[in-house]
Amino acid sequence: MTDMMSETGLLKETPQTTEAVGGMGYSVKRKEDPRFIRGQGEYIDDLVLPGMLWLDIVRSPYAHATIKGIDASEALKIPGVLAVITGADLEKAGLHWMPTLAGDKQMVLPTDTVMYQAQEVAAVVATSRYIAADGVAAVLVDYEPLPVIVDPFKSLEPDAFVLRPDRGPDKANNHIWHWESGDRAGTDTAMEAAEVRVSEDIYIPRIHVASIETCGCIADWNATRGQMTLHMTSQAPHAIRTVLALVSGLPEQNIRVKTHDIGGGFGGKVPVYPGYVLAVVASLTVGKPVKWIEDRSENLQADSFARDYHIHAELGATKAGKITALKVKTVADHGYTDAAADPSKFPAGLFNVITGSYDFDNAFVEVDGVYTNKPPGGVAYRCSFRVTEAVHAIERMVDILAHDIGKDPARLRMENFIQPDQFPYKTPTGWSYDSGDYPRALQKALDMIGYDDLRKEQLEKRAKGELMGIGISSFTEIVGAGPSHDFDILGIKMFDSCEIRVHPTGKVLARIGVQTQGQGHETTFAQIIAEELGFPVADIKIEYGDTDTAPYGLGTYASRSTPVAGAATAIAARKIRDKSRKIAAHLLEASEDDLEWTNGKFSVKGSPDKSKTIQEIAFAAYTNHPAGMEAGLEAVDYYDPPNLTCPFGSYICVVDIDRGTGQVTVRRFVAVDDCGNIINPMIVDGQIHGGLTMGFAPSLYEEISYDELGNNLAGTFMDYLLPTAVETPAWETGKTVTPSPHHPIGAKGVGESATVGAPPAINNAVVDALWHLGVRNIDIPLTPQKIWAILNEKGVTA
Amino acid sequence: MTTQHIELTVNGQVREADVEPRLLLVHLLRDVFEMTGTHIGCDTSNCGACTVLVDGESAKSCTMLAVSAEGRSIKTIEGMADGATLHALQQAFWDQHGLQCGFCTPGMIMQASWLLARNPDPTDMEIREGIAGNLCRCTGYVNIVKAIEQAATELRAPASTDAPAEPAAAS
Repeated sequence: MTDMMSETGLLKETPQTTEAVGGMGYSVKRKEDPRFIRGQGEYIDDLVLPGMLWLDIVRSPYAHATIKGIDASEALKIPGVLAVITGADLEKAGLHWMPTLAGDKQMVLPTDTVMYQAQEVAAVVATSRYIAADGVAAVLVDYEPLPVIVDPFKSLEPDAFVLRPDRGPDKANNHIWHWESGDRAGTDTAMEAAEVRVSEDIYIPRIHVASIETCGCIADWNATRGQMTLHMTSQAPHAIRTVLALVSGLPEQNIRVKTHDIGGGFGGKVPVYPGYVLAVVASLTVGKPVKWIEDRSENLQADSFARDYHIHAELGATKAGKITALKVKTVADHGYTDAAADPSKFPAGLFNVITGSYDFDNAFVEVDGVYTNKPPGGVAYRCSFRVTEAVHAIERMVDILAHDIGKDPARLRMENFIQPDQFPYKTPTGWSYDSGDYPRALQKALDMIGYDDLRKEQLEKRAKGELMGIGISSFTEIVGAGPSHDFDILGIKMFDSCEIRVHPTGKVLARIGVQTQGQGHETTFAQIIAEELGFPVADIKIEYGDTDTAPYGLGTYASRSTPVAGAATAIAARKIRDKSRKIAAHLLEASEDDLEWTNGKFSVKGSPDKSKTIQEIAFAAYTNHPAGMEAGLEAVDYYDPPNLTCPFGSYICVVDIDRGTGQVTVRRFVAVDDCGNIINPMIVDGQIHGGLTMGFAPSLYEEISYDELGNNLAGTFMDYLLPTAVETPAWETGKTVTPSPHHPIGAKGVGESATVGAPPAINNAVVDALWHLGVRNIDIPLTPQKIWAILNEKGVTA
Repeated sequence: MTTQHIELTVNGQVREADVEPRLLLVHLLRDVFEMTGTHIGCDTSNCGACTVLVDGESAKSCTMLAVSAEGRSIKTIEGMADGATLHALQQAFWDQHGLQCGFCTPGMIMQASWLLARNPDPTDMEIREGIAGNLCRCTGYVNIVKAIEQAATELRAPASTDAPAEPAAAS
């Protein structure tokens, strides 16, 4: 595969442009950083508009309760409190419910019942941040608590009370949807015939992205102009504009969504939260800009969560360890409404990528979505479409199989991998993997970490009673949603876009349909244009996040920016190059066919001194273009990807476990990633470091759990433990390069790979350390309490 | 609304304001003085996005009242660069890709400046412990540690009137 890529010119392991141009392959320093390092970023809470008011939210202390009354009279007596908005107010305008991206509906404010702790109950509009908070404290709400369901299995029991009677008598239960993929009968037959069967229950707990900037907005309604400007923390501003137009009835050309700088997203800034809608309603009501900024505790308790998948998996294999079948049954806890942001056809996202990096014929996957008294969602944690859950399950199951049959987990993987010559590979659940070389990535990781020596060390340590484990994860990601035949959100196809304008002086303005939340698009998208057109990166300005100017796009999540908008950028640049060729032919008085393109200029074949640089061509496009040709040098492209892209990698983790405390220490972690051709190696490394840390975090620390009354037990950073620099391992990274054969620049996307790949490596390492004690599975997070209890039960605590 | 008059120094400039006694220092800086480089990332003093220096000591400005800053000297991210010349820490964070979304960066730089003032030659673990009160969700800390190491090296070099050293290779 690699040789073929090299021959076709797709493989770009060394830069093709000069360093001064700074195209693909250069670690160009980020163009966005000068403002950030000076404290001059412009995040939503930094923005102050003339006459701006503040909105703060009254939230429910109960997970399920009837609202018997709301008394705002004391709040309204506070000087500076201008209004208190309740569900009854919204009901008059039909705005008390809003649609979710998943086709369910969500309360903006309740009229009679609250469904989870910290749900929005009323909004206070005031002249300052502090007075709004005073108003919230003074609103009296009379609640009558109702029974609570936090366990999705109990929620499915026939006698469970119905959480969502609004769905009507036909749906008098708490089951949201059933989704399945693969061949049930064929898989049952293969499973029955399997010489070895292993099964396990794996729970992937509810977690929260907790970007360091919380969510917020300023809604600015100008009644005279009929213009709504919504400044907000959104990863998908165009989609927000369209949803707002559909829900509010405002004409879409009079809605402008602007994102400014965003302090981390990770998927948590894709959904529409009630706070945004309340600010819009408040601004429409009072005719002034209204700002809403979430507190951290509101963010952790009410915004969309991720995961919460209860997975039962069964793997069939031969005695020698060749996998033959996989069967998976999953219960997905969506809280009180399905507010996931999956593409319409995929209520469980791309969870059926669960066959992973392995070649076998029979797989069947089913998922049931369930309501509980928890916040809505099923959204993202640096992986939007359930790939993390899938990879976790298959990588755990493969490890359990290896341990059960006494085969080294690395060898078992090598023997089951899809081989490089099998790509494009059709999986038993219907996906087509575009490219890969799994044995090469795993072998590189094994070599980097010194696997054989570590296994020897493990045996020596075990003989001394010390607990050391080694865990592997060889994951396949599936990103770049997506091809229009399969992928849409609310009917809008998941294309993405770029518009490039070359100015007469040879400087470039490009606007993209995706957003950046720290990925560095102002730099990397400039590098794509530099690669294609030869303009230096310094001469290219990238804009995004203003729906009045940027071309329509579906936004940044699911690692789709480079696979989709990156492709659009390359194609738009190539359209400009095509027009440039015509202009060059005119200037050089040569035939187009006689021109060749190298290093940012067209030269006449055989006469390299006869040439025109792209800058000269840009000037001519406005001053001396051929007769009959439109002036200007601009292009736009809306890119519909022919397929998804499949980044992959192999990770190896070494852990030591303290027998006295149950503390797990990640001693080493080697990550070999393959994201195809690399635009900016420095930025890719940074994405992998960050992704690994967000894989490490839920493996050892993070979980949003609830008591039986539905109280959130991790609603602040005191209880929801983000890793600090002290715990975070010193990541060791390596790479292989297997370009995507269908992507214009052979890239694949990288933002989420490490978050997807890391948890099973850590989980496998910890179970590996304890396997000889009879431990088969421990669900993440692998907290000291959990591990110590196991050690204590096994009688091996120090 | 009862207010109290305060006078303090911010980045070398004497500033005055009439503030409610409950006003947090971070809101004084951001909302009253319009210096928005100091950020707010939590409500439990865990994240450190609001870190500033108060009389040279690192402080989480979300956990200090503005009135407690009376007569004291505050340094924020806006006071780090000398005109067009970046502070060694700012330059190093840029060189080493020590930031992604940039939201934790001002607090991280202020905390690192406090650390390097106390310990000009920290080990890797001393750096990690020194910034343990500052959360970053994007970088995995690897390049933040590298950036602080680069700045420490540069700040330890003998004082010179020359232009800042050439940045280290970024990759």
